[in-house]
Amino acid sequence: MAKITYITNDNKNHTIDVDNGLTVMEGAVQNDIPGIDADCGGGMACATCHVYVKEEWLDKLPKKEDGEEDMLDMAFEPKQNSRLSCQLTVSDDLDGLVVNIPSKQA
Amino acid sequence: MKNIDALIIGAGPTGLFTAHQLRLIGLDCEIVDNLDKIGGQCIELYPDKPIYDIPAVPECTGEELTNNLINQIKNFNIKFHLNERVDEVKKEKDNWLVKTNKGTTFLTPNVIIAGGVGSFEPRKFSPKECEKFENKSIFYSVRDKKIFDGKTVSIFGGGDSALDWAVELSKNCKVNLIHRRDEFRGAQATVDKVHELAKAGKINLLTKYQMSGIKGSDKLESIDIKHDNDETKTLKTDYVLGFFGLIMQLGPIANWGLNIDKKTIEVDTEKFETNQKGIYAIGDICNYPGKLKLILSGFHEGALAARACFKLARPNEKYRFEFTTSSKKIKDRLGVKK
Repeated sequence: MAKITYITNDNKNHTIDVDNGLTVMEGAVQNDIPGIDADCGGGMACATCHVYVKEEWLDKLPKKEDGEEDMLDMAFEPKQNSRLSCQLTVSDDLDGLVVNIPSKQA
Repeated sequence: MKNIDALIIGAGPTGLFTAHQLRLIGLDCEIVDNLDKIGGQCIELYPDKPIYDIPAVPECTGEELTNNLINQIKNFNIKFHLNERVDEVKKEKDNWLVKTNKGTTFLTPNVIIAGGVGSFEPRKFSPKECEKFENKSIFYSVRDKKIFDGKTVSIFGGGDSALDWAVELSKNCKVNLIHRRDEFRGAQATVDKVHELAKAGKINLLTKYQMSGIKGSDKLESIDIKHDNDETKTLKTDYVLGFFGLIMQLGPIANWGLNIDKKTIEVDTEKFETNQKGIYAIGDICNYPGKLKLILSGFHEGALAARACFKLARPNEKYRFEFTTSSKKIKDRLGVKK
């Protein structure tokens, strides 16, 4: 289990206990956190679960596959710290992770 | 106006198999889809990705699945209306009057929404001012390349569409190709060609840049682009092309009086009917307790919705369940010669 903080575009913090094995996307969707659409349901095919990862976490996360970087080309205002939250699987190592949700997904 | 037993919205796997089920029980149907090709998400989002959970098909790609489904309904000669979006669904006595954006109209007792997550629309630039130039100086697809002759065109994107148009337009225009990173995801041969043209000065290649602003009153004058390191450049340009792929939008479906929750339509699990009699929702777009967004679930939902359609299309006949293995009537419909 990991505590994950989602900061929505209105600057509200939502800190949730997410079970290991779920993705950061699923943690948001199952807890009704607004701003993560996840249209394709986690298939790395739509770029609508885009988040900005807090800088200090960038190196601690699993590396991006090529497919994820390709999909981020399509995301709304991608930055250096952009990730697709469906590709971030929760484990104890992610305890304390903070992600910002963009103003919109498309 | 076309009178039909059922209209299917969406030519993805669920819509295709539902057409099969309708024709099998003797109902006619037509299919409308906003995309220019058959296959829905399978073709648009993951044509090459393998799927492992289609019953009795250990492994197939999105494209193979689509081709097999098309093959399965080939004998039915089903009419497809591609590149058309259903805009209006209105009650007319016991029927639904359906209109598309191209003006095609249908009168039918049954409308089956197999629309995935809605219709695919191009992803757009983020600066709000871009809207005002859309379809004048900013385009998300190319209809007539001649308008660009001798002009400066700034192309954004890193996939095949962006690269192909950069190569093509560099023959007769001044081309800026702008992409958010150094790597391109297009075909390697095209990527090589772009680098070659950039070296020869035919394409002005700007990587690690994204659009940050746009200037012009009536006519587009210039765009601002921002580098990863925050440095900004202004580029004079006549036209801008954006190729960021497609996004799914629920679109007009939201206006048809259906119960919608989180972009999905609530249905019952007997007929997959919505809160409107004769309108069904199946596949990824429907929602009910226990719903799984799997292709196989869409097949089941379509089979049941098709039987519900029979009651409204043939109110004076009784539906009789038959197996394809033994029914002569079904074999005739399938065109099986034996």
